[in-house]
Amino acid sequence: MPDGHSQQAFVEFDRVQKSYDGETLVVKDLNLSIGRGEFLTMLGPSGSGKTTCLMMLAGFEVATHGEIRLDGREINNIPPHKRGIGMVFQNYALFPHMSVAENLAFPLEVRKIGKSEREAKIRRALDMVQMGDFGGRRPAQLSGGQQQRVALARALVFEPELVLMDEPLGALDKQLRETLQFEITRLAHDLGITVVYVTHDQTEALTMSDRVAVFDDGRIQQLATPDALYEQPQNSFVAQFIGENNTLEGEVVALEDGRCVVRLDASGEQIDAVPVNVSKVGDKTLVSIRPERVEFDPDWDERSLTLDAEVLEFIYMGDVFRTRLRIAGRDDFIVKTRNRADQTRLRPGQKVKIGWLPQDCRALDP
Amino acid sequence: MARSSATAPDAFTGATPDNAMRDADRAEAAMVAADGTPLKRSLNRALRAQKLRALALIAPLLIFVLVTFVAPIADMLFRSVENDIISENLPRTVQALDNWNGEDLPDEEVFRALGADLVIASELRNHTRIGSRLNYEMTGISSLFRQTGRDVDDIGEIYADQFIALDEAWEEPSTWMTLMAADRWIEDREGWLRDAAEAEAAQDAAETREEARALDFDTPEPAFRISDLASEALPRTASIYSEFARVIQTEDEDSPAEEDPWNIVYQALYEDLSAGRGEGYEGEAAALIAAAREAVPQFEERSVRDFFLEEIDEDWADTQIWGTIEAFSDPYTAGYFLTAADLRLTANGIEAQPEGEQIYLMLFQRTLFMSLAIMFSCIALGYPIAFLLSNLPMRTSNLLLILVLLPFWTSLLVRTSAWKVLLQQQGVINDILVWLGVISDTARLALINNQTGTIIAMTHILLPFMILPLYSVMKTIPPHYVRAAKSLGATNWTAFWRVYFPQSVPGIGAGCILVFILSIGYYITPELVGGTTGTFISNRIAYHISTSLNWGLAAALGTILLVVVLVLYYLYDRLVGIDNVSLG
Repeated sequence: MPDGHSQQAFVEFDRVQKSYDGETLVVKDLNLSIGRGEFLTMLGPSGSGKTTCLMMLAGFEVATHGEIRLDGREINNIPPHKRGIGMVFQNYALFPHMSVAENLAFPLEVRKIGKSEREAKIRRALDMVQMGDFGGRRPAQLSGGQQQRVALARALVFEPELVLMDEPLGALDKQLRETLQFEITRLAHDLGITVVYVTHDQTEALTMSDRVAVFDDGRIQQLATPDALYEQPQNSFVAQFIGENNTLEGEVVALEDGRCVVRLDASGEQIDAVPVNVSKVGDKTLVSIRPERVEFDPDWDERSLTLDAEVLEFIYMGDVFRTRLRIAGRDDFIVKTRNRADQTRLRPGQKVKIGWLPQDCRALDP
Repeated sequence: MARSSATAPDAFTGATPDNAMRDADRAEAAMVAADGTPLKRSLNRALRAQKLRALALIAPLLIFVLVTFVAPIADMLFRSVENDIISENLPRTVQALDNWNGEDLPDEEVFRALGADLVIASELRNHTRIGSRLNYEMTGISSLFRQTGRDVDDIGEIYADQFIALDEAWEEPSTWMTLMAADRWIEDREGWLRDAAEAEAAQDAAETREEARALDFDTPEPAFRISDLASEALPRTASIYSEFARVIQTEDEDSPAEEDPWNIVYQALYEDLSAGRGEGYEGEAAALIAAAREAVPQFEERSVRDFFLEEIDEDWADTQIWGTIEAFSDPYTAGYFLTAADLRLTANGIEAQPEGEQIYLMLFQRTLFMSLAIMFSCIALGYPIAFLLSNLPMRTSNLLLILVLLPFWTSLLVRTSAWKVLLQQQGVINDILVWLGVISDTARLALINNQTGTIIAMTHILLPFMILPLYSVMKTIPPHYVRAAKSLGATNWTAFWRVYFPQSVPGIGAGCILVFILSIGYYITPELVGGTTGTFISNRIAYHISTSLNWGLAAALGTILLVVVLVLYYLYDRLVGIDNVSLG
């Protein structure tokens, strides 16, 4: 896996701001550098500014302030067709009046590439996405998955170094989406291209990317590798947005070298946590625990914390069980357990003890 | 990496939407429903009720359109080939002309037939109609027929006098009754007379005026029937006499039993007897006929042909007239269509109209050319507007669209008249150009009463018909296509020309069809601003409908126009494909 940080930046956003109406900033002070060959995902809810960033990079939107550099060259004033960036759109954007082969020929024709070379490239690109036999078809004669493969081939056929993908799998069904996720990642790594991928689907972001930039409110909330993002969210937005998360409100009562004690507002119980976004005793905080890190009837040493809970709901989900509990005055506490042969299946109304390790419990901003 | 399968790259066996589509494609055609009937048939049965309901819903409109639109148009178009006026009103002449060689003056038989036909036609006041019909084909025939109609009564007068001189009984209507009427008719008539007398008596007996009025006897006399005996022995006389009786009964509402026969009846009697017919006549008036048969050879003779040429009009010696009558004696004619194609049907076959009278082909060409010019100027002006409209935010584009539609809410006449004010030589546009120094005051542009005027005014009037379909099609072209093209390296122009424009072609197609078909049949604007050089074929059609009253020619021109439009429509379908036409 190429490590984007250490290499010289291939794409750079330098203090980029964007406003459409002159009153509010859609993108606020964006600084981001993407390494050559890196697969970077911009993840965020709709309206978070991620698509705007992509469009500024593609050249369809002009940055209000700041510089965007591609391979060291400022591209703010270069029109989109001279940037040489491949792009895949959510709705495929295959030209409906051209056949698949003509669609692929289009970027080569505008680059004045000769016929024989063109045909060879088209063939290679179509084979690459396993659509070799579909050159003569019209886009309307293809299924959604096939159309997206062709769109992918079209974005790659002129061998761009940077490919932008704007929620390319959003319109596909789940199984197809998973296959294509895998294929896009494989292609990107095989070809060594740099990919900037926009999605609002966190699974997609986690499974495909080298690094993920979580956007909210026009800012990058956290830029990290998928595992760091999931396991060490830097603030409660990231914690909530990535994966499922249990939060408990509380107040810091003790804080010393990498540990803190939080008193829960609802029940007054005190729990240990890793301080992330708290700076001093008395700070309000949201404590975050992943549902799969919670254990029933833990038999750990005294460092671990146990709390009393009451089962409210037990949901069988196949590979996992999802149990909703009432704990510390809240009744939306979720615990996920694997469907193991020896796993007990709880019944509503049952009283249980639950616990987790202090390092899995993170004290974030309220 | 090896390809998994070329035909199904998304190799899932489960029920994904994609797979469902593929399965549907693969489904076999001959499916069978649960009860064994073919699926198609049971589906049709299930849909029939739905179809009937749909039909019932459109029925009122369908009937309305059929009655008020399709039927009158079909009838009107049928007039372009209909020509039964000659064969219906001059049946004897048409038949007699069969033996005519087409070069010499027709013989006596033909003139006799014409005489008989014209007497009847003039009694029915149809001879002027025949004249005007033939006048379309040959100028001057109309007045000839009018003239002839006045004098034709006198044919056979000479024989009438001689028959009466022979026996005064020939003057009596009752004699003719005995000779000509069928016994059954005489009985019927007697019955009718009795009824009438009874009714009159009852009326006289009535006490009040109202009662008397209620007893009015208004049953007409029974329709005259010719006796079989007479038709056999004296066929011509019988034929003319029954026409006489019919005209007397229907037109004059008189009784043939009380009216003196026309001179032409005596003429026919003379013809019959002098040809030796009437020998075997054994009716009540046998003696009278026998006497007449003997006297006829001594009668003073007067040829009908001579009568026509000497007494009526020497123009009847013109074989062209006879040729025209013969050429248009069929109940159906191609004559109107030939005229519409600047050809004419003469006795010698089809030939071109004289140089000075060829106008229709030129008018058709001009109509097509100007409609194309109008269509192309509508594209040139409408496309950028539609493009702008479809790319603006909704609020602004709606406002602009109202401006586009504004002309629709103004009367067509007002708009066209406004163009007259703007375009005339002393008009606003010329004034401005002179003021700007673009043209000199002495060289003002002729912008109206010519083709330029028609093209300008009609482009303005038809522009919305181009903009609206273009706009509705362009609105459906998502902006990401052009973005995709640019991201693939296309310049603005390439992206527009290779990606945007092809997708707007259905709109252009729809706009072109609308504008072209509307303009090819446009009437009012060319009439008002076209002068003489800027008028369309439709103006000529209107002229024939309302001024020259040559409806047959108008119908032929209209039919050709319709066919031209349909042919162009067909060509368009073959070249562009009618599926590619979209109104949004």
